[in-house]
Amino acid sequence: MNVITDTLAWLTDANHWTGPAGIPTRLAEHLALSAVSIAVAIALAIPIGIYIGHTGRYARLVVNSANLWRALPSLALIGIVLPFTSAIDPQLGFKVYPTLVAMVVLAVPPVLVNTQAGIAGVDRDLVEAARAMGMRERQVVRQVELPLALPALVAGIRSGAVQVVATATLGAIFGSGGLGRYLVEGVAQRDDGMTWSGVVLVAALALSVEGGFVVLQRVMKK
Amino acid sequence: MSSAERVVFEHVTKRYPGTGAGNPGAVEDLSLEVPAGKVCVLVGPSGCGKTTSLKMVNRLIEPTSGRILIGDTDVGRRDVIELRRRIGYVIQQVGLFPHQTVGENVATVPRLLGWDVGRQRARADELLDLVGLDPASYAARYPSALSGGERQRVGVARALAADPPVLLMDEPFGAVDPIVRERLQNELLKLQERLAKTILFVTHDIDEAIKMGDLVAVMQLGGHLAQYATPDEILARPANDFVGRFVGADRGLKRLALVRVGSVDLQPVTTAMVGGDAAEARRRAAEDDFPYVLVVDERNRPLEWCRDDAIPAEGTVAATNGLPAAPIFDRHTTLKDALSMLLASDVQAGIVVDDARAVRGLVTADMIGDRIRASAETAAVSSGAT
Repeated sequence: MNVITDTLAWLTDANHWTGPAGIPTRLAEHLALSAVSIAVAIALAIPIGIYIGHTGRYARLVVNSANLWRALPSLALIGIVLPFTSAIDPQLGFKVYPTLVAMVVLAVPPVLVNTQAGIAGVDRDLVEAARAMGMRERQVVRQVELPLALPALVAGIRSGAVQVVATATLGAIFGSGGLGRYLVEGVAQRDDGMTWSGVVLVAALALSVEGGFVVLQRVMKK
Repeated sequence: MSSAERVVFEHVTKRYPGTGAGNPGAVEDLSLEVPAGKVCVLVGPSGCGKTTSLKMVNRLIEPTSGRILIGDTDVGRRDVIELRRRIGYVIQQVGLFPHQTVGENVATVPRLLGWDVGRQRARADELLDLVGLDPASYAARYPSALSGGERQRVGVARALAADPPVLLMDEPFGAVDPIVRERLQNELLKLQERLAKTILFVTHDIDEAIKMGDLVAVMQLGGHLAQYATPDEILARPANDFVGRFVGADRGLKRLALVRVGSVDLQPVTTAMVGGDAAEARRRAAEDDFPYVLVVDERNRPLEWCRDDAIPAEGTVAATNGLPAAPIFDRHTTLKDALSMLLASDVQAGIVVDDARAVRGLVTADMIGDRIRASAETAAVSSGAT
C-alpha cells in the first residue's frame, strides 16, 4: 500500500511511454478531443455572444439558458446523446461523438456568457461615439467592441478549456481514449499505480492549460 | 477646406414612447436656423432636450416629426453612415478609443472613408498641430497617457479630421477643471476664427453659452425653445421669466463681458507732455473736474498720473513721483475685465491706448456703472411689456 512509489514506478516505466496505450498517445487523444470541443464551442458561442452582447436582444434568455446547461451533468449527457449518435455512426458515434457533445455543452456557457458580458460591457459612450463618426454596426463590433472585449473573451475560453480538459477524462468510460483510460483501466485492474498516474496526468494537464492562459492574458496586457 | 453649411430645424418634435410632451429629453416643435459658419449654443437645464436636439442632427436620435436640414438637404433623406462621416462630433466623455493611439483615433473618419494610410497619418499630424499638440510626441501615445485637457483637444482634432462643414459638441468642456476649460474655450474660439465651421454646442452653463455663442438658444423643460437670439440680446431682453432667471440676476454684469472697450465712447483726458510748459498744463488741468493729469511721453504714451496741484507753477512738466499709469486697456479688453481692474486701482479710470500704445481716452467705473443701469432698465422695460 504505497501509492506514491507505485505511481512513480508506473510513470517512470519506459514501457508506459510508447505504443498505442502509452502516455504520449493518450495525451494526444486527450488534447485532440479537448481542442476540437473548445473549437466547436468557440465557433458556436462567440458569434452568438457578440450578437446578443451588441444588440442586447435575447441577452437574458440566452445567458440564463446557458447557465442552465452548465448544470447538466456531463456523464448524464453522454448517456442521453449516445443512442442518437451511435445510430448515426456506429463506430465514432459510440466512442467519440457523445463525449464531444458533452464537452461542447460544457464549454459553451463560459465562452458565451463572457463574450456577451465583454461586448455589452464596452462603454456605451464609446460605442455611440463610434456610430456618430459613421461606423457601420459591423465596424463598431470589429474596430471597437471586439478589441475592448478581448480580455473577457479570453477569460471565457480559459474557463471553458480548463473544464473541458478536466472533464474529457469521462470519455474514457465510453472508449474515446485520452488520459481517462488510465483511470478506467487502473480501477478495473486494481492497479493503483496506473490509476493514480492517470489522476496526476489529468491534473497536471488541466493546471498547465490554466497556466498557459494566465501567461497569455499577461502578454495581452503588455 | 470645405465650406460650412447652415443647419435648420423645422418644427422638430421628439416624444418618447409611453409619455406625452414634457418628459426629460423630449423636444417640442423646435424651429431655428443656424447660419453657415456660426456657433449656436443650445443651453438650458438638464432634461430640456438640448442634447436630444443635437443628436437628431446626426440621427443618433430620429425625430418623431419635423425635419432638419443641413444646407438644403433633409438629413432624414441622406444615407445615415455617409451623413455622420460629414459631421464632426465631440462629447464630454471625449470617447477616445483606449486601444488605439492618438494618431489612430484622430484618423478614424479618414480611415472609414478609405484614405490611404500615408494620407491618414499626414492628416492626423496636421490636426494635432492645429489643436496645439506636437504630433511627434503625441501621435504614438495612448489616450490613457494624456491629461483631460489633452484628451479633449484630441477629441476636437478627431471631429475635424474629414473637414466636416458641421460640428456637434455636447458639453465638450464639461469634464475639465475651470482653468483648463477657459483655455480650451479660447482655443476653440481662435480655431473657429480660422475654420468658420457651423457649430452646434450644447452646455448647461449660461456663462459658457454667452462666451462661445454667436447665437444662443435657451431651452426650457419640456423641450421648448424659450429664446433664440444673440448673447447680448438675451442678456438685455430675456424673452420670459424663465430666461430671466436662467441668465441670472447679474445679467447686467454678464453683459459687460460682451462689450469691448473699443466700442464705447471714451471720456477725454487731460494730458501733459514731459518737457512741456508746466504753467500751461496746470491751467488746462484746472479746466476739467478730474483731479489728475496724465503725464505722457513725446509719442503720447502714458507715463504716470499727476495730481493737478502737484504740477509746478512754472518750469517744465516732468515725470517724477505720481501714481502709476494703470490700468491700461486696449480695444479688446471687455468691460467686465476693465471693471474688475478698475476696482483694484488707485485712480478710478482706465487708460485706453491704441496699438502704438498712444493714449486715446479713459474708461471710468462710473461709465461702466451707467452701462449696467441702462441695460437693467431696458430689461425692466421689456419684461414689463410682456
